[in-house]
Amino acid sequence: MASAAAPASSEEAVKAAKVLMVGAGGIGCELLKTLALSGFSDIHVIDLDTIEVSNLNRQFLFRKSHVGQSKAHVARDAILKFRPNINIESHHANVKDAQFNVDFFKQFNVVLNGLDNLDARRHVNRLCLAAEVPLVESGTTGFLGQVTVHVKGKTECYECQPKPIPKSYPVCTITSTPSKFVHCIVWAKELLFAKLFGDKNQDNDLNVHSKDGSSSKSDVFERDVDEDLDQYAQRIYDHVFGYNIEVALENEETWKNRRRPNPVYIRDTLPEAVKQNGSSRDCSNDHEEPSAMASLGLTNPQEIWTLAENSRVLLEAFKLFFEKREKEIGNLVFDKDDQLAVEFVTAAANIRAHSFGIPLHSLFEAKGVAGNIVHAVATTNAIIAGLIVIEAIKVLRDDYKNYRMTYCLEHPTKKLLLMPVEPFEPNTSCYVCSETPLLLDVNTKVTKLKEVIDKIIKSKLGMNLPLVMIGSTLVFEDGDGLEEDEAANYALNLEKVLAELPAPVINGTKLTVEDFQQELSCSINIKHREEFDEEKEPDGMVLSGWSAPVEKQINSNGENKSAASSSSAHATDDTVEDPSKPGMKRKLDELLETKENCDASSSAQVVEDDDDCTMLDGNPALIKKKRLQ
Amino acid sequence: MMDLSKYVTYLISFFRRLRIRAFRAMGGDGGTEEELTAQETALYDRQIRVWGVDAQKRLSKAHVLVCGVNGTTIEFCKNIVLAGVGSLSLMDDHIVTEDDLSANFLIPHDVCMQGVSSRAEACCESLKDFNPMVRVAVAIGDPSLIDEGFVDRFDIIVVSCASLKTKLFLNDNCRKRSKHIAFYSVECKDSCGEIFVDLQNHSYLQKKPGGEPEQQELTYASLQEAISVPWKNLPKKTTKLYYATRVLESYELSEGRDPGETGLSDLPAVLAWRKDMCDRMSLSESQIPTALLERLLAAGKKEHPPVCAILGGILGQEVIKSISCKGDPIKNFFYYDAADGKGIMEDIPPTPVEQFA
Repeated sequence: MASAAAPASSEEAVKAAKVLMVGAGGIGCELLKTLALSGFSDIHVIDLDTIEVSNLNRQFLFRKSHVGQSKAHVARDAILKFRPNINIESHHANVKDAQFNVDFFKQFNVVLNGLDNLDARRHVNRLCLAAEVPLVESGTTGFLGQVTVHVKGKTECYECQPKPIPKSYPVCTITSTPSKFVHCIVWAKELLFAKLFGDKNQDNDLNVHSKDGSSSKSDVFERDVDEDLDQYAQRIYDHVFGYNIEVALENEETWKNRRRPNPVYIRDTLPEAVKQNGSSRDCSNDHEEPSAMASLGLTNPQEIWTLAENSRVLLEAFKLFFEKREKEIGNLVFDKDDQLAVEFVTAAANIRAHSFGIPLHSLFEAKGVAGNIVHAVATTNAIIAGLIVIEAIKVLRDDYKNYRMTYCLEHPTKKLLLMPVEPFEPNTSCYVCSETPLLLDVNTKVTKLKEVIDKIIKSKLGMNLPLVMIGSTLVFEDGDGLEEDEAANYALNLEKVLAELPAPVINGTKLTVEDFQQELSCSINIKHREEFDEEKEPDGMVLSGWSAPVEKQINSNGENKSAASSSSAHATDDTVEDPSKPGMKRKLDELLETKENCDASSSAQVVEDDDDCTMLDGNPALIKKKRLQ
Repeated sequence: MMDLSKYVTYLISFFRRLRIRAFRAMGGDGGTEEELTAQETALYDRQIRVWGVDAQKRLSKAHVLVCGVNGTTIEFCKNIVLAGVGSLSLMDDHIVTEDDLSANFLIPHDVCMQGVSSRAEACCESLKDFNPMVRVAVAIGDPSLIDEGFVDRFDIIVVSCASLKTKLFLNDNCRKRSKHIAFYSVECKDSCGEIFVDLQNHSYLQKKPGGEPEQQELTYASLQEAISVPWKNLPKKTTKLYYATRVLESYELSEGRDPGETGLSDLPAVLAWRKDMCDRMSLSESQIPTALLERLLAAGKKEHPPVCAILGGILGQEVIKSISCKGDPIKNFFYYDAADGKGIMEDIPPTPVEQFA
């Protein structure tokens, strides 16, 4: 029946199609090339990013001379060189910008995602649902990859299945009781680095109180007026690695069942530095990016430094920030492409790891953990891009009986390296594509509206510009174009606890939250609860009612990621039930466990990914669902 | 006289070994003593996180020859140049025509219009651009005529759009050398594709769940052995593409045609050929559906770009695995069919060689 309307051939369907590509990174470069070769002639591409050196090993449309330029524009120009007669429109912009609204999405026949983060994927999913445009979604990590198809009413949406959420750590693990290297990295990056070089007005959980009589000022991290840089650096060193550990050791209760940490002082690790009081550095090169490794003559990023070397790198990096980059201090945010910042964080994490008896790591490994760096190779991206185009052509031909989710595996599972699986029906309890209400356990007497909006509505539900209604009372609205008095009123509401809002929120109240840009609306039923477990429920509230994201143990040491990926694939060999049927039930969650790598090691912050990060979801065995007929 | 000829053979093999030793002394054995440069570490950062520093060093010392430049092999070339192999040589003297543009993204329009460049020349410059650290060169010549010594310059040989005869000849050449040379052949027929792998004797590190990697040994069949296995000995679930490809290949050979120089008009003759082969090999003709043969015949030389990307990606990964001696390689066929979406590995002949020993 549908065949009457379906285009006769794939050539015609391809020629007539207008497609939107979101992302021009690892998958995007391959995808744009394969689309152009396959005869697509009307392509829009959106990407926010600019080109970096570490992209060049796989994003083959970019050259060294392009570093710093827009990925979308450069990719477009490169393709037009060999296919001058097709139309490519490039947007160097965030797909979450207001210009890319539902009407914008409606002009396309299919949307193809080559994205690197969960947030943007969810946003695009909602716009595709609202605009009723089919979505082909993809991701890769190392040798693993996947392509899935999402067509409203026919298959599940991207959010029908729970997604692993970035792991967050309880604050006290980071500040007081680290047990893994990743904890030390988070401490070095988000507490120490942020405290010393970042925005001074930001909240910071780093232990700042000082009672070591030598200093009478309120913040021990401030530099004394007459203090020279070496003294300052050594004082900070002794404070965070020595004194703070001593203070922590006083609390016997903490160490009852834990290994006691050792305080580390500069006089023990670098006795000569204390005596000399200032190293002479004459090899510094003003033309190059300042680097502590370079000025200390350390060349191999794969090497694990000794405690003394880490201490030297830390002091050197500290001084270089003040000597060469003083203007940036106060505004710095850790960036995995900032060599000096990576050096500082590696050294600080290692010294802390030494204190706590945790194995030290090389700069290369530490950078991977600190930057949430995703393993990426050109081959997997090329394969996945090919699979995206194959699915896109089926979508354009409305050939829904042949839609497949395809998994690219590292180890063949029952002879298959590329495994097609029939897509699932929509999840009827999905809050995004069905109208099922959610349930929020919260202490309405102490929790502010702001916390619910930040921790639940924005962070968990992924809304961009939310609006909150209680019955018919509007208590909050985000976005531009608000009247001044409205904005002031909403700002007041944000600081009020739920029970004291103009329309009080108590046990049994129903909230309606909406995002106009995403055209998404859902209801949250409130359940009042007084007590929350600080460790297990750090938000002080619990959202349920749809399949909550599974929080998995991350592979945090950064030392055996590749081994882990292979073992997980091996482990599932036996769980595959029928190798000959494409729509088999199977435990892909274990198989694709390496997806954790892309979420590795962030604290409660939003994960800042590299370009090809995946959210390898494909977890059909987790929820029982009927397959698409 | 006999003695003299034996002596000459001995001399030749002596010098050949000498040359290989000299080559190894120059670092050709993938020795991993030197460090990667800062430039290499920065460029290859993301992939080193996948396969490790040692594999990256081995890659940078590997020499690859590609015979036959088409949409599929150019995808492969792109992948291994980006990955950072030591050198890549392209052999394809055919003058570029407009047909070559359809699946090949490296041939600029103006080059095609001039009508003077060979396929290898047309792609060489663009490939150099992808990674200045890789030496990309044109190897002028005909794959069916290259002499034995020539293959010694390479660690990996990939063949495409060549006749079965040429493939057998090259595979045989690789096997005759004392140096280990990995052989791959790849063909894309529209929405279907086949990769053949011959690593001879391959030892590699296999990752074990939760444990230390273990040394594994694999013994491969030659192309000749792999395509002449009696069909009745093959497992029931062997992919139909294996049989269909053998039928077409043998039909083309008997007719003296180049691969893909067939069309739907050949269907009746091909069906007769199928019956003949199935009778000889005791296989039911239903294992080689007419519809599948029709699809392959209609494809001719046409390559479907998404399938080129998939085959070139899989092949790239395989070559990286073989050079780095890390990860389970394909043994010894890979098939992809966009119609069912499966990417299947087949081990043919399936019987372990040890049983005969």
